[in-house]
Order: sequence, then C-alpha cells, then structure tokens
Amino acid sequence: MLKIFEPNKIFTVTSKAPKYVLALFIVILTIGLTEALILSPEDYKQSHSVRIMYVHVPAAWISLGIFSAITFLSLIGYIFKIQNFFLISKSLAPSGLVFNIIALVTGSIWGKPTWGTWWAWDARITSMLILALFYILYLVAWRIYDNKDKAFKITTIITILGIVNVPIIKYSVDWWNTLHQPASINILSKSSIHISMLFPLSIMTAAFALFSLLIFLMKYNTELIKIKNKGLDRL
Amino acid sequence: MYGRKVKLRFFFILLILLTFVLTTFLILKSLEENVVFFKSPSEIKTLAEIQNKKIRVGGMVKKDSISVVSKEMKFIITDFKSEISVTYSGVIPNLFEEGKGVVAEGYLKDKNFFFATKILAKHDENYMPPEVKAAMEEK
Repeated sequence: MLKIFEPNKIFTVTSKAPKYVLALFIVILTIGLTEALILSPEDYKQSHSVRIMYVHVPAAWISLGIFSAITFLSLIGYIFKIQNFFLISKSLAPSGLVFNIIALVTGSIWGKPTWGTWWAWDARITSMLILALFYILYLVAWRIYDNKDKAFKITTIITILGIVNVPIIKYSVDWWNTLHQPASINILSKSSIHISMLFPLSIMTAAFALFSLLIFLMKYNTELIKIKNKGLDRL
Repeated sequence: MYGRKVKLRFFFILLILLTFVLTTFLILKSLEENVVFFKSPSEIKTLAEIQNKKIRVGGMVKKDSISVVSKEMKFIITDFKSEISVTYSGVIPNLFEEGKGVVAEGYLKDKNFFFATKILAKHDENYMPPEVKAAMEEK
C-alpha cells in the first residue's frame, strides 16, 4: 500500500489534531449558541420554540451525512480491499448515532409545543428511527465479529441496506403527506428560512461537524493504537 | 486495469443495491395507504365506504370557520377543492389557527362530517422574524 497509509504516518497527524479541533469546536459552538439562543430573532409563528431548530436540523443533517460517508467508504473499501476505509467508517459511526438520537429527542421536544404531540408515526420520523436502528446494527456488528474479514463484509451489507433509507428520509416529505413540513432549504431555489435564522443554523451545523470530527479522531486514534500494539497489521 | 475480483465485487455491490432499492420501492408503493400520515378532504370524498376506524384528515383550517359553542369547537378543513366539517372538544396545540395547516385524528360520520379526538397543528416551511412577516403583509 501507499506510504501515506502506514499507521505510524497517519498517527503522527491524527494524534495531534484533536486538541486543535476541540479548541475550534468550542469557539464555533460559543458563537453558534449565542447566535441561536440570544441574537437570532424569534419566529413570527412559533416564537421562541423555533430555537430548537438550531439543534434539531443540524443534528439530523450530520447523522445523514455520516451514514452516507460510512456507506461510501465501506463500499470502496470492500471493492478495493482497503482496510483503512473500514477503520474510518467504524470510527465515524458513534457520532452519527449520537446526532441521530439528538435529532429524534429534540424533534420530540419541538413537536409537543408546535404540533401538539411528542411522537407521530409520520414518514420522516419513522425513517429517522430506522436510520438509528441501522446505526445500532452497524455498531453491534463490529462488536460481534472478531474476525476482521467477516466484520468488513457484514458491516458493508448493513450500510447498503441502510443507505436505501437515506433518500427516503430526504424525500419523505415530498412523496407522502407527513406532519413534517416540506424542505425549507433548497439548493436550486430561494430558501424559505429568513437569512437572520439561516446564519445561526449554518454556524451550528459547522459546530456539530467539528464535534463529529473530534469524536472521529479520538476513535480513529484508538483503532490505530490497537493496530500498532498488534504489531503486524498493516492498513 | 483492475483485477477480475475487484470487478466482480463491484458488480456484486451494484446488484445488491439495485435489488434492495427495487424491493423497498415496491413495498412502499404497495403500502402507500399506510405510509401517508393523513388524507386530504378530496381523498375522503373518493372513499368507497366509511369504516368505523380511526383516520386522520389534514388540510388548511378554513378562514372564519372556527366557532366555539360551550366546550365544543367546530371548524372546516379544506384543501381548496373539498371541505370537511370537524367537531372537537379538548386541548388544541399552540399553532392551531385559521388559515394554517392542521391534522385531525378521529372518526368519520360521513363524507362531510368528522369527529376529531385529537388535533395536531402543521406548520409550513417558512421561518422569519415577526417584523419581516409584518412587512410582507403590508406589501
């Protein structure tokens, strides 16, 4: 394999990175929270409960993004037999699950004052719950299979099954009648969130992405140390 | 360029993905009835028979249609094609308002009357500060 994929080379970078990422995360999170909780205006209809959006929406985005990344890396890793990609996927998954659960819980808290219910079996909520189950399946599979090759195969299959659900989550609000409203942010057309609310939303998304990166680096370093201790494994 | 095994694995993955996408699509297609969270008044009108089963009707609360007599509330759900009258008594969510989205859960009396046991408010995809909303309404 290429020189750059040697565990020692990667480790010299990834072992130093967390402290910088942590510092940046704290700065961005502080700005994001100040914007989201204090500086941003209340909504004309929902008043202050709109502030839950600044946690709920970024958390949902990040959990979807991480699952897509895991799937992509697993598929490439499986086809070309790149062990490193599996370790990256494995290290990404925990923060994806955490944000998935955050999205479900904050959604529930947001739903009560606005919709009038904690939980509804609406297509988007249900498909997000399914995504959480796939995350759990994925993480449990890594625990169960000690045999490396077996774990690679099983987790790849789980990601393929799970990825089918991702476009369903995205388009559920367009395909069916749901309690969720249609998407507010579109790449092609004008966003229906006012710019003063869009700003904290993007800052919070950046903060959550940094947090995922931080957790990922910590997990990934652990994996690299494990490989180093075994001595003979190459990525 | 790539080995035969790599190509085989690639097609293997592609096939699995295709199979699952198609299977999921077919399952969802056949379950459409249950995947939708609510029916619109127009869909209610096309129902073949009225079952004594809990269903949900959703749409807009018609302007000037809410009336409260003692503890009973009456309003009309519209999708701008058909309408359905709803009677309800109980707690209403904060966002329940005339001209806004609503989902009522309950039982159909006939195609025009609905007894709601629970009211959920739907909100739209627009988020803006009150000043912006006021400025927009002035235009």
